[in-house]
Amino acid sequence: MEEFDVRGQRLAALCLLGLVLFSYPVLAVFNVHGTIAGIPVLYAYFFLAWGALIALMALVIERPD
Amino acid sequence: MLETWVVIFVPFAYLGLLFAIAYYADQRADAGRSVINSPYIYSLSLAVYATAWTFYGSVGRAAENGVGFLPIYIGPTLMIALWWVVMRKILRISKQHRITSLADFIASRYGKSALLGGVVTVIAVIGIVPYISLQLKAVSASFTTVAGAVPGLGDTALWVALILAAFTILFGTRHLDTAEHHEGMVAAIAFESLVKLVAFLAVGAWVAWGLYDGFGDIFARVAAEPDLSPMLAPFGGVGGDYSSWIWLTILSMFAIMFLPRQFQVTVIENKDEDHLRKAIWLFPLYMLAINVFVLPIAFGGLLHFPAGSVDADSFVLTLPMSQKQELLTLVVFIGGLSAATGMVIVETIALSTMVCNDLVMPVLLRMRALRLNQRRDLTGLLLGIRRGAIVFVLLLGYLYFRIAGEAYALVSIGLISFAAVAQFAPAALGGIFWKGGTRRGALAGLAAGFAVWFYTLLLPAFARSEWLPIGFLEHGPFGIELLKPLALFGVSGLDQITHSMIWSMVANIGAYVGVSLAHAPSAEEHRQATLFVDVFKRPAGAGARFRRSTASDAELFNLLARFVGLRAAGEAFAEHARRGANTDLVHFVENQLAGVIGAASAHIMLASVVKDEALTLDEVRTVLDEASQIVVTSHRLEQKSQELERATQELREANERLTELDRMKDEFVSTVSHELRTPLTSIRSFTEILHDNPQLPAAERQRFLGIVIKETGRLSRLIGQVLDVSRLESGRVEWHESLLDMREVIEDTAASTSQLFRERDVRLERNLPGRVPKVRADLDRIVQVVVNLLSNAVKFIEPGRGRVEIALAEEAGFLRVDVRDNGPGISPEHHEMIFEKFRQAGDPLTGKPQGTGLGLYISRRIIEHSGGRLWVSSRPGEGACFSFTLPLVVEASLGRAA
Repeated sequence: MEEFDVRGQRLAALCLLGLVLFSYPVLAVFNVHGTIAGIPVLYAYFFLAWGALIALMALVIERPD
Repeated sequence: MLETWVVIFVPFAYLGLLFAIAYYADQRADAGRSVINSPYIYSLSLAVYATAWTFYGSVGRAAENGVGFLPIYIGPTLMIALWWVVMRKILRISKQHRITSLADFIASRYGKSALLGGVVTVIAVIGIVPYISLQLKAVSASFTTVAGAVPGLGDTALWVALILAAFTILFGTRHLDTAEHHEGMVAAIAFESLVKLVAFLAVGAWVAWGLYDGFGDIFARVAAEPDLSPMLAPFGGVGGDYSSWIWLTILSMFAIMFLPRQFQVTVIENKDEDHLRKAIWLFPLYMLAINVFVLPIAFGGLLHFPAGSVDADSFVLTLPMSQKQELLTLVVFIGGLSAATGMVIVETIALSTMVCNDLVMPVLLRMRALRLNQRRDLTGLLLGIRRGAIVFVLLLGYLYFRIAGEAYALVSIGLISFAAVAQFAPAALGGIFWKGGTRRGALAGLAAGFAVWFYTLLLPAFARSEWLPIGFLEHGPFGIELLKPLALFGVSGLDQITHSMIWSMVANIGAYVGVSLAHAPSAEEHRQATLFVDVFKRPAGAGARFRRSTASDAELFNLLARFVGLRAAGEAFAEHARRGANTDLVHFVENQLAGVIGAASAHIMLASVVKDEALTLDEVRTVLDEASQIVVTSHRLEQKSQELERATQELREANERLTELDRMKDEFVSTVSHELRTPLTSIRSFTEILHDNPQLPAAERQRFLGIVIKETGRLSRLIGQVLDVSRLESGRVEWHESLLDMREVIEDTAASTSQLFRERDVRLERNLPGRVPKVRADLDRIVQVVVNLLSNAVKFIEPGRGRVEIALAEEAGFLRVDVRDNGPGISPEHHEMIFEKFRQAGDPLTGKPQGTGLGLYISRRIIEHSGGRLWVSSRPGEGACFSFTLPLVVEASLGRAA
């Protein structure tokens, strides 16, 4: 399928990565009490992982062909 | 508490500012200098996704269960990662087909089905109503929170609904655009996205660093509170289980694609496919940003207010209010208003387009009594329907708010709508990747999924509001436990959304795939399926290739003008002319019309004008083309092989003739040599006897010499005849034609052959008329023929009892001569053979030839050269009759008269 170019494949892989990052069992790893720099572990994980995912998406999409 | 007049005036001022922005953007668009043609504006406009739900509801949700607000934004982020594949395709398809709405998209994919468009519209309207009611609830609640109860104002939510309706009408339906673009609206929405983000970040920052001492402070306090600390690791407890979380993520993945307003801003209002590139990471970044302060605000509110004293959905407002932060309160109020109005405006415009194009117009166009086909200008009607639809949808939202909205938190209301639009996913996503999906399948899937949604989510919402008996929820309809809406078929232990999503998706996907596979698609469905699924395989405008329809330019122009007005139609045609004639005008007009009234309606309208709607399916045509090519080729091959066969046949015949001629020549030579040898042998043997026996008696010698003379005569006759034959065949005979009196010819010949008759004691009877017309022929040759016939008759006759009759008669322009004998006769199979060279009918018993075998052959050649015929009629035992004719000469009568 033409729509699945290299960029599309990389982004689809990021989608799959995201699905893994934000579902069981990975979430269970971070569903603990405790803090990282004053932020609860789970919330820190959510925003860091989310931000990293967006950064990767930006990297893939903005990288020149 | 803010002054009431401020709370009333500022929102109107804000709406006025929005309108100014929209107006400016529209002006710029008309001037061809679009302000929204930018990936950043595009990304901001996508943020219409963040509504009052996000602005107020997320905090409420977070205050309830910690992370429960997040899947609503993480899901879309994951989906957007797939946009390069999925949305780029939808964009390409929508631009090629001038799609005007989600309903239009799905209807178009499945053979431009008006029914399917209508079903999608109904599901969208009913499904979105709770979502709209959420906005009304949020705005009216925020107003009441900020301004307090205003005496004499009555029902705030109703006012909000009406004001928003009026504003949306001003925004979205001032005029019709052939591409359904609302540039002004998009500009205003982008501005609103900025406003709500700034407002939310402002209040978040104030809570985090103004009210508390940073994030760490808030979270530390929460950890210290035994009531709140479970929220810091919420899964398996207050936050629900992981499956709920995952299902909410999936639900939101669908929502970001198929909420009518998201489809509107992402697809319909897209100016450039390439804007997707920036939006793919900017829009998720926006969602991340607007969520950063949700938890601090939620926890701040929970810590600040005594438990249960303030609705968590209003923390964003009540926290600054509690600290007398009037300006911040106003900013937050405006931010919330931005979030709500943005959603309401885009959602109702999208829905009104769907209601108009895919629900009302197809019905009106089919109602012949209305004679819409003859109406000259339909632009007014179209605008009227859309304005009515906007008011209708908002009033439905208000009604839902009054009936069922009060009992639910904001997010719970919104999720009901999410679950409804998720029903579009199988038909829409299946439609762009799977050619096998059919109209019936899409209808079945949508109907099944929607029915389950209605039963497991919407009805319970009414029941909870005591609008339906609550026993319906607790014991199932008619007490049937298996059919309990919240535990269908006994499946319990799931939250309501997960439960509904699982069952509705099972029903939806099952019906879609099952029914699609059970029935073959129609030609039109197959055509559209190919165009959608293979959109990247075809150059733009390739759809026109499938259409072989004709309509006059004037008819097409009038049709378009009725819907978009004369001026716009003129511009459209001019544009088409500029593009060159490489695109089919019918296709172009249908596309233009589809941009105004949707593909299904446009299809119906075009059918009324276009004469020959011979829609052939790509594959069928290709196959037919190939088949006809093969037929033509094989036909040609067949012709060629027939020609070859004919030529071969001719060659073979020619060869056979040549071989026969060659054989005949050989035979002739050998026969002639044989015929010559016989008399020569005879002459030689008798002369040898005479030479060797000089004492031979005189009588004996005389007899031998007689034989020699006779044989010599025969020899010279034979040589003469052979010469005749060769001369006749080579055409070297000299003919001395003159006028002959056949009576005289026959008399003379009979006289000259009388000796022969006497010798064999055969009687010759002459049966001649008194006088006959003359004929033109060579005398000597005709005599030769008559002599030949008479001598033949004598030769084969039994001596003594023989009788030969020669008769002359005139018949039909000919003179006819019959020579009849009473000999043995000739069997019919020899009738023609005897006229060939060296052939004799001879007596098979004696086998002895009695002539040269050339006489009849020569005679026939002579008679035929003279213009007559020579033939024999005879039966064995009854004698033979040789007849010949000679043509009479016209001049002969003249000559006689003179």
